[in-house]
Amino acid sequence: MLPALLPILLFSAIPLVRGLTLAFTDSRAGFNVPTHFVGVDNFSRLLDNTLFWSSFRIGLIWAFSVTALQFVLGLGLALLLNQPLRLRWLARTLSLVPWAMPPVIVAIMWRIMLDPSVGPISTTLQRLGLTDSPTNWLGDFSTALPAVIVVGVWAGMPQTTITLLAGLQAVPESLHEAAALDGAGSWQRFRHVTWPALRTVVAAITSLDFIWNFNSFGLVYVLTAGGPGGKTMLPMLFAYNEAFRYGEFGYAAAMGDVMVVLIVALLLFYLRSRLRSAT
Amino acid sequence: MTAGARRRRLVRLPQYGALVLYMLFLAFPLLWMLSTSLKSSSELVSVTPSLLPSSPKWSNYSTVLREQGLTRSAWNSLRVSLASTVLVILVGLPAAYALARFRSRLRTAALGWILVSQVFPLILVVIPLFLLLKQLHLFNTLPGLVAVYLVWSLPFALWMLQGYVASVPVELEEAAAIDGAGRLRTLSNVVLPLLLPGLVATAMFTFISAWNEFFFALVLIQSPERATLSLTLARFLGAEGQVQLGPLAAGSLLATVPSLVFFAFLQRRLTSGLLAGAVKG
Repeated sequence: MLPALLPILLFSAIPLVRGLTLAFTDSRAGFNVPTHFVGVDNFSRLLDNTLFWSSFRIGLIWAFSVTALQFVLGLGLALLLNQPLRLRWLARTLSLVPWAMPPVIVAIMWRIMLDPSVGPISTTLQRLGLTDSPTNWLGDFSTALPAVIVVGVWAGMPQTTITLLAGLQAVPESLHEAAALDGAGSWQRFRHVTWPALRTVVAAITSLDFIWNFNSFGLVYVLTAGGPGGKTMLPMLFAYNEAFRYGEFGYAAAMGDVMVVLIVALLLFYLRSRLRSAT
Repeated sequence: MTAGARRRRLVRLPQYGALVLYMLFLAFPLLWMLSTSLKSSSELVSVTPSLLPSSPKWSNYSTVLREQGLTRSAWNSLRVSLASTVLVILVGLPAAYALARFRSRLRTAALGWILVSQVFPLILVVIPLFLLLKQLHLFNTLPGLVAVYLVWSLPFALWMLQGYVASVPVELEEAAAIDGAGRLRTLSNVVLPLLLPGLVATAMFTFISAWNEFFFALVLIQSPERATLSLTLARFLGAEGQVQLGPLAAGSLLATVPSLVFFAFLQRRLTSGLLAGAVKG
């Protein structure tokens, strides 16, 4: 068994452990630059870096909003797809398309949609007289983050919807019938039959969504590259710049470590409270 | 019409309304990109754009296909995605078999590790790989990128594969052994055919993730002639000066086609019921 597992160790475990420990060194880009162990130096530097913490705050706003909206919209769509509606097949197919698209292309598509001068949203608002000048969704300080969040929700709808739909389909029909016979309305059936049965699926998909969203990179990199004025600078973008623009590998790894610790802490807290409410 | 049927119809109405709104949200950006790809450059600068192009043209597509950089990037993407898919399956299949069949503490540890590795931000993975590839003189090469995709896709592929292996009943292997089949023969004639749908699904999944990947390519590939499709399209957009929206939209749509086709297949494969009758009778 050991030789078969060697690849996991070699290709997955070793690089990750090396990444985690790099944070305690002064590793930098460039040829033959000696690397030293520096203890927690990077972390204490990080503590004073207000730009990083503001990027961290933006990352949390982004991850929470996108995850919550994905969940609410995904649950709504899954409930609809679970009904015997016509055109259901079309909606189901459409809801899968974003999953298959490269993030770069999703971003390009939305850059075209949100274009201030020729994009459909900005020009329609002007034609309707709701705004009198072009709206630069991705370039304006106040609209950049919300606009990026909408794109994030669009891109991540499929996984959430399909997982929740699978969960809904696993709820036995007989339970619904029994509840209906007892006189439960559709809201009561949702509240007392569907929702409890979905509990583990909801915990799993919201956790996964949160991890994916917090660690996402390509979408926002192509949409705004973190701008305007750092308003959409997700932590991954910040760490990327630190590592590959300024060559500060150790420092960037420290940021990565902080991200891991935060995600794990949040997940533990979230999953524990969800599991406790289940019992 | 009974009162119940009428009430049901009243409930359906808002449901259809909601469904239409969902479809608009999901489909409109796609339709708009399609329309952009069919518009002439003079129509694209109109400040009153319409969803239907006034006279649809294919010229943006021919422009893109003549663009040497894009076709070369498509070729790079294809080679990298195919190579990493083959490697992931070759390395992953024996490991997945071992994980699924031999219960031990190592197995729990390995599965735990696979799950944990999903939590890590890619920045922690990419820096050590960057340093390693530099040492091996594989930085800014396609083989280097393939190696990184192997590292990156392996955990999830293993997770999928070991699930498929676990669903092949051990009884079948035992029966084959009793019938006198050797270990290798059992694996190739009994297990492998049953595993095929799962193998295909995993391979497609790996292909799609490599084809769509952006972050590693951005860090590890520098020469434009070795760029993958995502990289070239992103640079196209980031270039200073006037962005040609028409060819950009056309190129983006073409670049989506391979993943979409595979995805359509994957959908059907995942529900394949090959195993349904395997232990019966």
